Amino acid sequence: MGKSIRAAYGEALVRCGTENGNIVVLDADVSSSTQSCLFAKAYPQRFFNMGIAEANMTAVAAGLAAAGKIPFVNTFAVFLTSIGLAPARLFGSYSQLPIKLAGAYGGLSDAFDGPSHHALEDIAVMRTLPGFEVYVPCDAVQTEWVTRHAAASPKATYLRLSRDVFPEVYQEGESFESGKGRVVREGTDATVVACGLMVGNALKAAELLAQEGIYLRVVDMFCIKPIDRDLILRCAKETRAIVSAEEHSVAGGLGGAVAEVLAQEGAGVPMGFVGMQDCHAESAPYAELQKKYRLDAPAIAQAVREALSR
Amino acid sequence: MKLNQAKEQELKELCRTLRIDALRAIYQRGSGHAGGSLSVCEIMAALYFEELHVRPSDPDWPERDRVVLCKGHAAPMLYAALSRRGFFPPEEMSTLRHLDSRLQGHPCAGKTPGVDATTGPLGLGLSFALGLALSLRLNGSAARVYAILGDGELNEGTVWEACMAAAKYRAENLCAILDWNGVQLDGTTEEIMPMGDTEAKFRSFGWHTILCDGHDIAALTEALAEARTVRGQPTILLARTIKGKGVSFMEGRNTWHGKVIDSDSFAAAMAELGGVV
Repeated sequence: MGKSIRAAYGEALVRCGTENGNIVVLDADVSSSTQSCLFAKAYPQRFFNMGIAEANMTAVAAGLAAAGKIPFVNTFAVFLTSIGLAPARLFGSYSQLPIKLAGAYGGLSDAFDGPSHHALEDIAVMRTLPGFEVYVPCDAVQTEWVTRHAAASPKATYLRLSRDVFPEVYQEGESFESGKGRVVREGTDATVVACGLMVGNALKAAELLAQEGIYLRVVDMFCIKPIDRDLILRCAKETRAIVSAEEHSVAGGLGGAVAEVLAQEGAGVPMGFVGMQDCHAESAPYAELQKKYRLDAPAIAQAVREALSR
Repeated sequence: MKLNQAKEQELKELCRTLRIDALRAIYQRGSGHAGGSLSVCEIMAALYFEELHVRPSDPDWPERDRVVLCKGHAAPMLYAALSRRGFFPPEEMSTLRHLDSRLQGHPCAGKTPGVDATTGPLGLGLSFALGLALSLRLNGSAARVYAILGDGELNEGTVWEACMAAAKYRAENLCAILDWNGVQLDGTTEEIMPMGDTEAKFRSFGWHTILCDGHDIAALTEALAEARTVRGQPTILLARTIKGKGVSFMEGRNTWHGKVIDSDSFAAAMAELGGVV
């Protein structure tokens, strides 16, 4: 088992704090869940436990940013992007302050706690805010990179993290570029554009489809905003169908972002959407939820077959 | 810091100018909030012309004191004070709420010289001010942060979240000022959402409280001086004010919260304030 996304984030945050004394961290009484507790232990003077008050926490972070600090704001993704949304919009988006919102427990990863704690709208919400960059890392190596990138960037940033361990996709020390997706598996028939957990699931789907003679390209679109238009259009030219795959509602998230590019450019390829189909999930083991709500590798493979048959 | 009489007279005269400036800008645009701008006039004057360490020629001076106008709809009075203090030309007031203007309907930091905080949605300003205070303290700065709250705004739960946190972090460099005019948009604060004993609430949240007359410049400057001496806790000035103060027919009237000023009303207001129509 590799490192969980939250552990990779928590450790990266400490390293950022070591390198830059202006990094400050806020949490809403869930620091052991988000792993910001690692930073709290290393740099107690730069850690603020704001209690269970997400809106206040996010606005305080903006004030910290306004006098030169680089604040990382931590709590569950679902609460950060709902209760924390008003200050995120006013200060991060409109006022362009470099607040770094780290949404822990993205998607269904807080599986047992149930739909009240699942984050299935956060990507859609955050990518509509002008000025925000939105990242969804797919493994521990990439989590370290997006955390470091957020710390160094002057932009307001939303990081969609996870409670869980994701399959390793990248080698230690791999570097990335904002606004540039990555082809993690070449293929000529169809493309899956995925993010987060779904990159690993898409790679498994590619194995399944290869047995049928269908060669699937897998794109890791870890940077949802700014989105890599060129790569999406290239895939639309070079393969016959595009399927988006995200641990998120099919409305407005990665699938929406990809569809906007394809529609605007008149790319005209069939598209499929793997994600939560306008519904909430339930309390259950994570793997069982992925199977029932059709987010697993067989579901992605099926969506690819259907898109190719259209 | 007791104001000498000459200074007090000078600031009273300045307040008359600020009221005229703010009302004229609202009238010319046909949009803006008169009532809450008028009530905060002496508070603005006391801050920008007596209390604050700011440099109009260098508005981003890192050591400046900060003002967060939590009740952002009183922007016209903030702009009037900033322009008369020299942050931008008073003539620019006529661009309020116009296309391509630096003077947005609600304050926007980075757009208007001297505006330290973007506000508008009520209930977020005090939290932002606390963040600024913590940031300045981490920076080892002696600068202070002033947050001007509306009393209707106290309905917002985030205000009380910020109160708890400011007390926890002993933010002695944070001074809130309540523009306590007793009137919000739909009616009086008592009608809309009774707040009970406001002073006791802040005190129980761990704040140092000072009651004062929010239209008495000398009382305000004295209260602000007292706030500077408080250690280990944030301070709030509970400044009793009158919504629409200075224009008789607007005073205490919720209808003048954001109503368009027609030409007859503007002429009557100018007659009372000694301004030119």
